[in-house]
Amino acid sequence: MAPEVIFKKPDSLREKIFPYCPGCGHGVIQRLMCEVIDELGIRENTIAIAPVGCAVCGYDYWDVDVSEAAHGRAPAVATGIKRVHPDKTVIVYQGDGDLASIGMAETIHAANRGENFTVIFVNNTNYGMTGGQMAPTTLLNQVTTTSPCGRSAHGDGFPIRMAELIATLPACQFSARTTVADVNGILKTKKYIKKGIKLQNEGGGYSFIEILSNCGTNWAMPAVKANEYIVENIVKVFPLGIYKDTTQEKGEA
Amino acid sequence: MANKQLIKGNIALAEGALQAGCRYYFGYPITPQNEICEFMALKMPQSDGVFVQAESEVAAINMVMGAAAAGARVMTTTSSPGFSLMQEGVSYIAAAHLPCVLANVQRGGPGLGNIAPGQADYFQAVKGGGHGDYHLIVLAPASPQEMFDFTFLAFDLADKYRTPVLILSDGIVGQMAENVEIKDSLKPETISKPWALTGARGREANVIRSLWLNETGVEENNFRLQDKYKIIIEKEVRFEEYMTDDADIVFIAYGLSSRITRGIVDKARKQNIRAGMLRPITLYPFPYDKIKDLVSRQCKALFVVEMSAGQMLEDVKLANEGRAPVYFDGTLGGRMPSEEKILPQLKTIKLS
Ligand SMILES: Cc1ncc(C[n+]2csc(CCOP(=O)(O)OP(=O)(O)O)c2C)c(N)n1
Repeated sequence: MAPEVIFKKPDSLREKIFPYCPGCGHGVIQRLMCEVIDELGIRENTIAIAPVGCAVCGYDYWDVDVSEAAHGRAPAVATGIKRVHPDKTVIVYQGDGDLASIGMAETIHAANRGENFTVIFVNNTNYGMTGGQMAPTTLLNQVTTTSPCGRSAHGDGFPIRMAELIATLPACQFSARTTVADVNGILKTKKYIKKGIKLQNEGGGYSFIEILSNCGTNWAMPAVKANEYIVENIVKVFPLGIYKDTTQEKGEA
Repeated sequence: MANKQLIKGNIALAEGALQAGCRYYFGYPITPQNEICEFMALKMPQSDGVFVQAESEVAAINMVMGAAAAGARVMTTTSSPGFSLMQEGVSYIAAAHLPCVLANVQRGGPGLGNIAPGQADYFQAVKGGGHGDYHLIVLAPASPQEMFDFTFLAFDLADKYRTPVLILSDGIVGQMAENVEIKDSLKPETISKPWALTGARGREANVIRSLWLNETGVEENNFRLQDKYKIIIEKEVRFEEYMTDDADIVFIAYGLSSRITRGIVDKARKQNIRAGMLRPITLYPFPYDKIKDLVSRQCKALFVVEMSAGQMLEDVKLANEGRAPVYFDGTLGGRMPSEEKILPQLKTIKLS
């Protein structure tokens, strides 16, 4: 009798080795995204947006229709796509420099219009791809290549809490923060991604999933330590949880 | 029966887009083109289309990119400062071989300038505008009727060549009202778009991209773009000649300037000066060969009239290759060319 397969590469993930640094959360998150696409059977009905950042070559890994977007513009590109194809699942994948700095206006306004798509927001507290510069999400006192003495509230400002901010917008239907730094977080992350996409597919509206993810290379930490750092420290600045869930408000668990 | 309406150029442009099957419009308000946004806000929903007022021109052009990637006929319109903001997106759209129609109803610049008509965005329009080696097909209407006709044409050209097409207009052509024939029997060409993002049902996944990190990808894409521009240059040069056959002096003017220049030619003829006009309709591709041809034959002088410090002038000089003297009248800051100023100058030009 053939052994039962209980764990395998999702079909919507291409047969290719991720380019990410060892232990990087991007690979985990993209795998989760593809697992959800498989489980919902929507591979042939999905259009994803690859952002400028470490996930820029997303189409090399995700076996779905994909458009690149200029730095920060993914929600605008997604708006154009979704308005043309309201029946397709549109997934927007963005880093924190992309989403919360250069693309803040597009982010807020797409959420405020209640665009019916799902945003997967990878918060690694810095600009990974360009070599670890300060992002709007960088913690106070965190040393980056452009905050060499640590981020100072005075002059650099404070880390921006996107999940909370987005949750204040009336058109946002679901906003949560999770992490892929531990098993529990990985399971929750998948659950929230699935929830967001299902909500979208039911015509429910805008969903936002912020995911705390390590950037071991730029934080100068081995991956395991970087993950511990998220669980022990970063969650104090970026608390995990659901910030808005209108399906709950309506009493549908 | 022809459907003629007294409408503004801006409305004619919007009607041309609807007639061409454009059902997606993303825009941000800016004078002197607000009528287009307002018309689309009303008409798109009535035509089963989509109007979104974007949060900025930056967002608008990227919404256009998304809708174009999704395979739709899509347009945005703006005026000079807004078109500057769009340049990043235009570069991405051109690089990704996406078709769309853009309009810049030019105003006075640089900076916030004013809301009077201008032609000082010529370099930005025909030389690329954003980063990298790319061009747009640029059409220059001189009347509300041409706002309709050229916009209709622009969608077919965009789809045919998978390139952004720009309507380069100005505040007066946008704001003036004339009788426009709404040619509602015109049928847009239907060009299939197997490359579009529609969900990878029964086919390989499609990718819209402008990034290649390997050694040759970007160079190959550039070759693809350049090959396309070669065909466009070969096939799509458009211009109008006005009394050039026996002209000793040929004016070169486009858009609004060409209307005023036409009057100058008429008056010059009455003074027995054999004047004519060449009006480029496509600013890219530019009618270099036509100009070269004119100055290689009977034409003894060229006179460029434009509402800038001399932008198209540079292309005319390139085409002329030093053969004939090139005179120039440029107006700045939203001021229009003046017959009274230009006509007397003709007397001082030696044409024998
Ligand atoms: C307009 C523009 N400005 C700057 C850049 C350079 N750039 C590329 S990636 C990046 C930062 C991306 O960081 P983030 O969004 O946090 O994603 P990560 O790489 O960490 O996943 C920047 C600034 C660019 N490509 N385009």
